[in-house]
Amino acid sequence: MTRLVEVRSAILKENDVLARKLRERFVAAHVCVISFVSSPGSGKTTFLEKLMSRIAARHRIAALVGDLATENDAARLSRACAQVRQITTGTICHLDAKMIDKALEGWKLDELDFLFIENVGNLVCPSSYDLGEQMRVVLLSATEGEDKPLKYPTIFNTSDLALITKIDLAEAVEFDRETAHRSINSVRPGMKILEVSAKTGAGMEATEALFESLLVPV
Amino acid sequence: MHELSIALSMIEQIEEQSEKHPGTVRSVNLRIGVLSGVDAEALRFAWEIACAGTPFAEAKLVIESIPLSVRCPRCGETHSPDIWALACPRCITPEQDILAGTELELTSLEIDT
Repeated sequence: MTRLVEVRSAILKENDVLARKLRERFVAAHVCVISFVSSPGSGKTTFLEKLMSRIAARHRIAALVGDLATENDAARLSRACAQVRQITTGTICHLDAKMIDKALEGWKLDELDFLFIENVGNLVCPSSYDLGEQMRVVLLSATEGEDKPLKYPTIFNTSDLALITKIDLAEAVEFDRETAHRSINSVRPGMKILEVSAKTGAGMEATEALFESLLVPV
Repeated sequence: MHELSIALSMIEQIEEQSEKHPGTVRSVNLRIGVLSGVDAEALRFAWEIACAGTPFAEAKLVIESIPLSVRCPRCGETHSPDIWALACPRCITPEQDILAGTELELTSLEIDT
Protein backbone atom coordinates (compact mmCIF):
# COMPACT_ATOMS: atom_id res chain seq x y z
CA MET A 1 0.00 0.00 0.00
CA THR A 2 1.30 3.44 -0.89
CA ARG A 3 0.63 6.26 1.51
CA LEU A 4 1.29 9.95 1.24
CA VAL A 5 3.14 11.38 4.23
CA GLU A 6 2.71 15.15 4.53
CA VAL A 7 5.93 16.87 5.58
CA ARG A 8 5.55 20.54 4.60
CA SER A 9 8.83 21.72 5.98
CA ALA A 10 11.43 24.10 4.63
CA ILE A 11 14.32 22.12 3.15
CA LEU A 12 16.78 24.47 4.81
CA LYS A 13 14.91 24.32 8.11
CA GLU A 14 18.04 23.42 10.04
CA ASN A 15 19.86 26.48 8.68
CA ASP A 16 16.84 28.71 9.29
CA VAL A 17 16.52 27.56 12.91
CA LEU A 18 20.20 28.12 13.59
CA ALA A 19 20.14 31.52 11.86
CA ARG A 20 17.24 32.55 14.07
CA LYS A 21 19.23 31.55 17.16
CA LEU A 22 22.23 33.51 15.92
CA ARG A 23 20.04 36.55 15.27
CA GLU A 24 18.72 36.35 18.84
CA ARG A 25 22.29 36.14 20.17
CA PHE A 26 23.34 39.15 18.09
CA VAL A 27 20.39 41.22 19.29
CA ALA A 28 21.00 40.25 22.92
CA ALA A 29 24.68 41.22 22.60
CA HIS A 30 23.79 44.51 20.86
CA VAL A 31 26.11 43.70 17.99
CA CYS A 32 25.14 44.87 14.53
CA VAL A 33 25.83 42.12 12.01
CA ILE A 34 26.13 43.03 8.34
CA SER A 35 26.89 40.54 5.61
CA PHE A 36 28.29 41.26 2.16
CA VAL A 37 27.55 39.29 -0.99
CA SER A 38 28.71 39.81 -4.56
CA SER A 39 30.38 38.14 -7.48
CA PRO A 40 34.11 37.44 -7.13
CA GLY A 41 36.21 40.52 -7.77
CA SER A 42 33.58 43.18 -7.16
CA GLY A 43 35.60 44.65 -4.32
CA LYS A 44 34.14 43.21 -1.11
CA THR A 45 37.48 42.85 0.62
CA THR A 46 38.80 46.22 -0.53
CA PHE A 47 35.60 47.93 0.57
CA LEU A 48 35.68 46.21 3.97
CA GLU A 49 39.36 47.00 4.44
CA LYS A 50 38.63 50.66 3.82
CA LEU A 51 35.47 50.70 5.93
CA MET A 52 37.08 48.98 8.89
CA SER A 53 40.18 51.14 8.87
CA ARG A 54 37.97 54.24 8.82
CA ILE A 55 35.73 53.22 11.72
CA ALA A 56 38.15 51.14 13.83
CA ALA A 57 39.01 54.08 16.05
CA ARG A 58 35.42 54.72 17.11
CA HIS A 59 33.85 51.24 17.02
CA ARG A 60 34.71 47.77 18.22
CA ILE A 61 34.65 45.59 15.13
CA ALA A 62 35.28 42.05 14.00
CA ALA A 63 35.03 40.28 10.69
CA LEU A 64 34.47 36.81 9.30
CA VAL A 65 35.49 36.17 5.77
CA GLY A 66 34.53 33.21 3.59
CA ASP A 67 36.44 31.77 0.67
CA LEU A 68 36.83 28.31 -0.82
CA ALA A 69 40.56 28.38 -0.12
CA THR A 70 43.44 30.55 1.18
CA GLU A 71 43.58 32.92 4.11
CA ASN A 72 44.57 35.88 1.93
CA ASP A 73 41.46 37.95 2.59
CA ALA A 74 41.68 37.49 6.36
CA ALA A 75 45.31 38.58 6.20
CA ARG A 76 44.28 41.70 4.30
CA LEU A 77 41.44 42.53 6.66
CA SER A 78 43.51 41.99 9.78
CA ARG A 79 45.54 45.03 8.81
CA ALA A 80 42.43 47.07 9.58
CA CYS A 81 41.10 45.20 12.61
CA ALA A 82 42.48 42.72 15.09
CA GLN A 83 39.60 40.30 15.23
CA VAL A 84 39.35 38.59 11.86
CA ARG A 85 38.69 34.96 11.12
CA GLN A 86 38.79 33.22 7.77
CA ILE A 87 36.22 30.55 7.03
CA THR A 88 37.55 28.25 4.33
CA THR A 89 34.63 26.37 2.89
CA GLY A 90 36.58 23.85 0.78
CA THR A 91 34.30 23.13 -2.13
CA ILE A 92 31.21 24.83 -0.75
CA CYS A 93 30.09 27.91 -2.64
CA HIS A 94 28.40 29.81 0.21
CA LEU A 95 28.49 30.39 3.95
CA ASP A 96 25.77 28.88 6.11
CA ALA A 97 24.60 29.52 9.65
CA LYS A 98 26.51 26.52 11.03
CA MET A 99 29.83 27.87 9.70
CA ILE A 100 29.13 31.25 11.30
CA ASP A 101 28.20 29.66 14.61
CA LYS A 102 31.42 27.64 14.63
CA ALA A 103 33.61 30.57 13.56
CA LEU A 104 32.30 32.70 16.43
CA GLU A 105 33.57 30.29 19.11
CA GLY A 106 35.48 32.11 21.79
CA TRP A 107 34.52 35.61 20.66
CA LYS A 108 32.75 37.86 23.13
CA LEU A 109 29.92 39.28 21.04
CA ASP A 110 28.85 41.76 23.69
CA GLU A 111 32.23 43.46 23.38
CA LEU A 112 31.56 44.28 19.73
CA ASP A 113 29.63 47.03 17.93
CA PHE A 114 29.88 45.58 14.44
CA LEU A 115 30.47 42.14 13.04
CA PHE A 116 31.02 42.09 9.28
CA ILE A 117 30.62 38.87 7.34
CA GLU A 118 32.11 38.64 3.87
CA ASN A 119 30.43 35.81 2.02
CA VAL A 120 32.04 33.67 -0.67
CA GLY A 121 32.13 35.54 -3.98
CA ASN A 122 29.06 34.13 -5.68
CA LEU A 123 25.84 35.78 -6.84
CA VAL A 124 23.70 32.66 -6.72
CA CYS A 125 24.13 30.30 -3.81
CA PRO A 126 24.46 32.62 -0.77
CA SER A 127 20.94 33.91 -1.43
CA SER A 128 19.33 30.78 0.03
CA TYR A 129 21.19 30.84 3.37
CA ASP A 130 20.17 33.10 6.22
CA LEU A 131 23.20 33.84 8.42
CA GLY A 132 21.30 35.66 11.15
CA GLU A 133 22.55 39.00 9.90
CA GLN A 134 20.68 42.24 10.49
CA MET A 135 21.44 43.58 7.03
CA ARG A 136 22.54 41.92 3.82
CA VAL A 137 24.47 44.15 1.46
CA VAL A 138 24.91 43.23 -2.19
CA LEU A 139 27.83 44.79 -4.03
CA LEU A 140 27.85 45.52 -7.74
CA SER A 141 30.98 47.03 -9.22
CA ALA A 142 30.88 49.60 -11.98
CA THR A 143 33.03 47.29 -14.09
CA GLU A 144 30.49 44.45 -14.03
CA GLY A 145 27.78 45.99 -16.17
CA GLU A 146 24.49 47.64 -15.34
CA ASP A 147 22.29 44.61 -15.97
CA LYS A 148 23.85 42.26 -13.37
CA PRO A 149 20.78 42.63 -11.11
CA LEU A 150 18.49 41.48 -13.93
CA LYS A 151 20.68 38.43 -14.50
CA TYR A 152 20.87 37.51 -10.79
CA PRO A 153 17.55 38.70 -9.38
CA THR A 154 17.39 36.41 -6.34
CA ILE A 155 20.48 37.74 -4.61
CA PHE A 156 19.31 41.32 -5.13
CA ASN A 157 15.84 40.44 -3.99
CA THR A 158 17.08 38.96 -0.72
CA SER A 159 19.40 41.89 0.06
CA ASP A 160 18.63 45.09 1.95
CA LEU A 161 21.15 47.51 0.48
CA ALA A 162 22.95 47.73 -2.87
CA LEU A 163 26.43 49.21 -2.99
CA ILE A 164 27.78 50.18 -6.37
CA THR A 165 31.55 49.86 -5.92
CA LYS A 166 34.54 51.11 -7.94
CA ILE A 167 32.49 54.16 -8.87
CA ASP A 168 35.75 55.99 -9.62
CA LEU A 169 35.98 53.77 -12.73
CA ALA A 170 32.47 54.62 -13.95
CA GLU A 171 33.58 57.00 -16.64
CA ALA A 172 36.43 54.82 -17.89
CA VAL A 173 34.17 51.81 -18.39
CA GLU A 174 31.19 53.89 -19.55
CA PHE A 175 29.09 52.70 -16.65
CA ASP A 176 25.56 54.06 -16.93
CA ARG A 177 24.44 54.89 -13.39
CA GLU A 178 20.83 55.46 -14.29
CA THR A 179 20.48 52.09 -16.01
CA ALA A 180 22.13 50.36 -13.05
CA HIS A 181 19.76 52.01 -10.56
CA ARG A 182 16.83 51.08 -12.80
CA SER A 183 17.95 47.42 -12.95
CA ILE A 184 18.27 47.24 -9.18
CA ASN A 185 14.89 48.85 -8.67
CA SER A 186 13.25 46.56 -11.16
CA VAL A 187 14.39 43.49 -9.24
CA ARG A 188 14.13 44.86 -5.71
CA PRO A 189 11.87 47.89 -5.87
CA GLY A 190 12.63 50.54 -3.31
CA MET A 191 16.03 49.16 -2.30
CA LYS A 192 18.45 51.74 -0.99
CA ILE A 193 21.44 52.22 -3.31
CA LEU A 194 24.77 53.86 -2.45
CA GLU A 195 27.72 54.47 -4.74
CA VAL A 196 31.20 54.09 -3.28
CA SER A 197 34.85 54.05 -4.16
CA ALA A 198 37.19 52.45 -1.64
CA LYS A 199 40.04 53.99 -3.60
CA THR A 200 38.99 57.65 -3.52
CA GLY A 201 36.78 57.40 -0.43
CA ALA A 202 33.73 58.68 -2.33
CA GLY A 203 30.48 57.60 -0.69
CA MET A 204 32.23 56.03 2.30
CA GLU A 205 30.90 58.58 4.74
CA ALA A 206 27.28 58.01 3.68
CA THR A 207 27.75 54.25 3.94
CA GLU A 208 29.25 54.52 7.43
CA ALA A 209 26.40 56.78 8.52
CA LEU A 210 23.86 54.24 7.28
CA PHE A 211 25.58 51.39 9.14
CA GLU A 212 25.93 53.47 12.29
CA SER A 213 22.21 54.25 12.19
CA LEU A 214 21.63 50.53 12.77
CA LEU A 215 23.50 50.55 16.08
CA VAL A 216 21.36 50.36 19.16
CA PRO A 217 22.04 53.37 21.38
CA VAL A 218 23.50 52.17 24.68
CA MET B 1 25.84 25.25 -7.42
CA HIS B 2 24.56 24.81 -3.90
CA GLU B 3 22.00 22.23 -4.97
CA LEU B 4 24.16 19.42 -3.56
CA SER B 5 23.95 20.99 -0.09
CA ILE B 6 20.19 21.28 -0.59
CA ALA B 7 19.95 17.63 -1.65
CA LEU B 8 21.91 16.56 1.45
CA SER B 9 19.56 18.57 3.69
CA MET B 10 16.64 16.83 1.97
CA ILE B 11 18.13 13.42 2.70
CA GLU B 12 18.46 14.28 6.39
CA GLN B 13 14.80 15.23 6.55
CA ILE B 14 13.70 12.18 4.57
CA GLU B 15 15.68 9.96 6.95
CA GLU B 16 13.86 11.51 9.90
CA GLN B 17 10.51 10.91 8.26
CA SER B 18 11.25 7.35 7.27
CA GLU B 19 12.12 6.51 10.84
CA LYS B 20 8.60 7.61 11.80
CA HIS B 21 6.98 6.05 8.73
CA PRO B 22 8.79 2.83 7.81
CA GLY B 23 8.59 1.59 4.24
CA THR B 24 10.08 2.29 0.83
CA VAL B 25 10.12 5.90 -0.25
CA ARG B 26 8.67 5.97 -3.78
CA SER B 27 8.58 9.67 -4.41
CA VAL B 28 9.81 12.87 -2.87
CA ASN B 29 7.54 15.84 -3.55
CA LEU B 30 8.97 19.35 -3.47
CA ARG B 31 7.72 22.87 -4.05
CA ILE B 32 10.37 25.21 -5.41
CA GLY B 33 9.66 28.88 -5.98
CA VAL B 34 11.22 30.69 -8.92
CA LEU B 35 12.75 33.14 -6.45
CA SER B 36 14.17 30.47 -4.10
CA GLY B 37 17.61 30.56 -5.68
CA VAL B 38 17.43 26.86 -6.46
CA ASP B 39 17.46 25.47 -9.99
CA ALA B 40 15.25 22.40 -10.48
CA GLU B 41 17.50 20.74 -13.07
CA ALA B 42 20.63 21.27 -10.99
CA LEU B 43 18.77 19.85 -7.99
CA ARG B 44 17.75 16.73 -9.96
CA PHE B 45 21.39 16.24 -10.91
CA ALA B 46 22.56 16.75 -7.31
CA TRP B 47 19.85 14.45 -6.00
CA GLU B 48 21.10 11.58 -8.18
CA ILE B 49 24.52 11.95 -6.59
CA ALA B 50 23.31 12.55 -3.04
CA CYS B 51 20.85 9.67 -2.86
CA ALA B 52 23.18 7.04 -4.36
CA GLY B 53 23.83 4.36 -1.78
CA THR B 54 20.99 5.53 0.48
CA PRO B 55 17.67 3.68 0.88
CA PHE B 56 16.13 6.46 -1.27
CA ALA B 57 18.19 5.85 -4.39
CA GLU B 58 15.10 4.65 -6.27
CA ALA B 59 12.83 7.46 -5.11
CA LYS B 60 11.43 9.74 -7.79
CA LEU B 61 11.87 13.47 -7.39
CA VAL B 62 8.66 15.37 -8.17
CA ILE B 63 9.21 19.10 -8.33
CA GLU B 64 6.36 21.58 -8.46
CA SER B 65 7.63 24.94 -9.66
CA ILE B 66 5.91 27.85 -7.94
CA PRO B 67 5.64 31.04 -9.99
CA LEU B 68 6.13 34.41 -8.40
CA SER B 69 2.96 35.94 -7.07
CA VAL B 70 2.89 39.45 -5.63
CA ARG B 71 0.30 41.88 -4.35
CA CYS B 72 0.46 45.61 -4.83
CA PRO B 73 0.20 47.33 -1.44
CA ARG B 74 -1.30 50.41 -3.12
CA CYS B 75 -4.00 49.19 -5.49
CA GLY B 76 -4.37 45.61 -4.25
CA GLU B 77 -3.70 44.11 -7.68
CA THR B 78 -2.34 40.57 -7.49
CA HIS B 79 -0.10 39.58 -10.36
CA SER B 80 2.57 37.11 -11.39
CA PRO B 81 5.53 39.09 -12.73
CA ASP B 82 8.86 37.95 -14.10
CA ILE B 83 11.43 37.84 -11.31
CA TRP B 84 13.37 40.73 -12.84
CA ALA B 85 10.46 43.18 -13.11
CA LEU B 86 8.32 43.31 -10.00
CA ALA B 87 6.50 46.64 -10.27
CA CYS B 88 2.69 46.69 -10.38
CA PRO B 89 1.43 46.60 -14.00
CA ARG B 90 -1.68 48.60 -13.07
CA CYS B 91 -0.42 51.51 -10.97
CA ILE B 92 3.39 51.05 -11.42
CA THR B 93 4.01 51.11 -7.67
CA PRO B 94 7.50 49.60 -7.34
CA GLU B 95 7.34 47.87 -3.93
CA GLN B 96 5.29 44.69 -4.00
CA ASP B 97 4.45 42.21 -1.27
CA ILE B 98 5.60 38.73 -2.21
CA LEU B 99 2.85 36.15 -1.72
CA ALA B 100 4.53 33.13 -3.28
CA GLY B 101 7.62 32.16 -5.22
CA THR B 102 10.27 31.90 -2.51
CA GLU B 103 9.33 28.35 -1.39
CA LEU B 104 11.95 25.68 -0.91
CA GLU B 105 9.81 23.04 0.67
CA LEU B 106 9.74 19.31 1.18
CA THR B 107 6.00 18.89 0.75
CA SER B 108 5.37 15.17 1.11
CA LEU B 109 6.68 11.67 0.60
CA GLU B 110 5.01 8.68 -1.01
CA ILE B 111 5.90 5.63 1.02
CA ASP B 112 5.12 1.99 0.21
CA THR B 113 4.30 0.15 3.38
